[in-house]
Amino acid sequence: MAGITFGRRALAALAGLSLAGGIAAAQAGEVTFWTWRQEDKAVYTDLFAAFTKANPGITVKFEAFPNENYNTIVTTALAGGKGGDVLHARAYGGLEAMAKSGYYLALDKTNVPELANLPDDANASESLRADGKVYAVSLAGQTLGLIVNKDIFATAGVAVPATWADLLAACTALKAKGITPIANGTATPWMDAIFATVFTNPFVGPAWTADMLAGKTNFSDPKFTAALARLLELKPCLPDGFTGVDYPTSQQLFSAGRAAIFVGGSFEIAPFRRGNPKLNLDFIAPPAPAAGQPTYVSRFFDSGFAVNAKSANAADALKLVRWMATKDFAEPAAAKLGNISSLKDVAAADPLLAKIAKLNETAMPYSTLVYFRFEAPTGTDLLQDGVQKMMGGTATPAEVGTAITTGLSKWYKPFQK
Amino acid sequence: MKPRRPPWRRGLWIAFLLAPGLAVMTLFVAAPLLSSFRYAFYNFHGVLPDTFIGLANFRDILLDPTYADTTWRALGHNAIVFAALMLTQNGLAYLIAFALLKALPGHRIHQVIVFLPVVLSAVIVGFLWKLFLHPLFGIVNAALALVGIHGLPWLGDERTALGAIIFTNAWHWVGFPALIFLAGMQRISKETLEAARIDGADDRVLMTRIIWPLVAPSATIVVILTFIGSFNWFELPYVMAGATGSPGGATDVLGLFFYRTAFGSASSGLQDFGHGSALAVLMFLFLAIVSALALRILRAREIET
Repeated sequence: MAGITFGRRALAALAGLSLAGGIAAAQAGEVTFWTWRQEDKAVYTDLFAAFTKANPGITVKFEAFPNENYNTIVTTALAGGKGGDVLHARAYGGLEAMAKSGYYLALDKTNVPELANLPDDANASESLRADGKVYAVSLAGQTLGLIVNKDIFATAGVAVPATWADLLAACTALKAKGITPIANGTATPWMDAIFATVFTNPFVGPAWTADMLAGKTNFSDPKFTAALARLLELKPCLPDGFTGVDYPTSQQLFSAGRAAIFVGGSFEIAPFRRGNPKLNLDFIAPPAPAAGQPTYVSRFFDSGFAVNAKSANAADALKLVRWMATKDFAEPAAAKLGNISSLKDVAAADPLLAKIAKLNETAMPYSTLVYFRFEAPTGTDLLQDGVQKMMGGTATPAEVGTAITTGLSKWYKPFQK
Repeated sequence: MKPRRPPWRRGLWIAFLLAPGLAVMTLFVAAPLLSSFRYAFYNFHGVLPDTFIGLANFRDILLDPTYADTTWRALGHNAIVFAALMLTQNGLAYLIAFALLKALPGHRIHQVIVFLPVVLSAVIVGFLWKLFLHPLFGIVNAALALVGIHGLPWLGDERTALGAIIFTNAWHWVGFPALIFLAGMQRISKETLEAARIDGADDRVLMTRIIWPLVAPSATIVVILTFIGSFNWFELPYVMAGATGSPGGATDVLGLFFYRTAFGSASSGLQDFGHGSALAVLMFLFLAIVSALALRILRAREIET
């Protein structure tokens, strides 16, 4: 009897000891990193190993959650005083909800001097409008333009279009050879906002955008609605039944070499290369309105790294975030993730990304995301909804312009005059 | 002789057995329901309830065009879904149940086939039909092309998108009301049906005059379940049309509008639990009140068999 009791006690004590040991090990020098990028696990694991090498005693644990539930999961965890120590954060409007609630630690020149390594517009993308403070270290910028399959153009003997007229001519020529000129359909709404931004930005230009932001004009302006109307000219270039063609289908059409152009972001390049390594890709600015006129790619910053304000391990978490704002992290991260780092002077190793970095020098903002995604209804929602209807034939460009202006004037002060 | 246990011990024992279930229900059903009631009266600062604003969220949802336009459009779509499912899905289910009742050769295998899609998850069915209806790779348009018809992009066209999802729902669910009707029909005594036959009733008369009044309890269940299902419709439109009710809101229903408002759509990370909760509360009240009324009315017309 006594033997059994002793045995049980010993077992319980052992279990208790190992449990306590486990918890202690999990806390001392371990930073947990939360992200929605499950697909980048290998890259981050490598990078974090380099961090541990430079900062002995601090290990980083990678934990990923599904993208579509990430906000909900993080919100719930943070509301309960839990969550990762370092959190992959959204930018612009997506950042606001979390930062406003006080869940992220405010970063400044004292706790993260490395913020100076980032350009102002990158820091602005991770700032709260209300207090102007930075809440995350921006990871990457994304550029919107045309991804082109060079081989298709070469084989068909068609020149890659530089002007709007060239594009329409190229469409006709490619279609005659049985190739879908542009892979995009309109069934996935967020793609419609990108599609519209890419083609309308060169037609409206930076001066108009500045006037619009200041409230001197708005989206009902004929200059904008005329630019929207241009999109209707592209209908014959899109896949058959394009209103029912969704984002994955568009990607497949382009990946499989059945379409010549994919209108989208620089974030598409890595998946395209993975999906079909033989694709001979180029990334170009959208066509200029006419020969000799300037053209612009569109740009935004898309995510960053924030510190959990309630982190039990804030000192180590800050160390990690500071390191993420240096070239030690940014250069290999950009190379391995295939994106363009937000940091100043991080040269892109990949020639295509280097070309995009060059295009970025004269980029225009992806306005409905950068400026109009802070309150409901968001500019992106209004634009995508309107463009989807317009391309489906149930709204005119003027109606779309008015709907965007009316919707935004609910909360965007300069439109309320 | 065993001493009699005091009666309170029995009560304690019952309470002890009920406690775990009650705790789970309180924690996972009652508490979220009550907290969403509370949230509906708050303005949200980020993701935290900030200030008590009374009925302002409800007013926005019902009257402010920013929300109200979408609310009423979505409610209209829910109503269309309900009417269409009642007519097509449940009407067909009634016919199928009658055909199965006649126990024609092979009726057992057909019973299984009709019920089979019901056991699939709505997400699987949604993806399956999204693929079938695809304008480029879908078998529906491929089949139509064989007979020389150029098929529409069913889910991309504002005129057909909602219909296509309703059709998918009917395909998925028809077996369920069919089974309920069949069970109701099998409860009718053979004598009643034989007597009607001898009096010269054909199938049509049998279905409309004899069986229909006698399966009223089954009809009550089917109507109430279809009503709740139609106004809580979420999985299929979410899978097939996305959170925004693409294209251009043509398939937007209250469930999607709630999801978008509370949790944000793919293109906006905006979360607004205040308005979302208000919408959820309104949906709950609408469903509860109308179901209760409908139940009273439908029960009143049921006949004892």
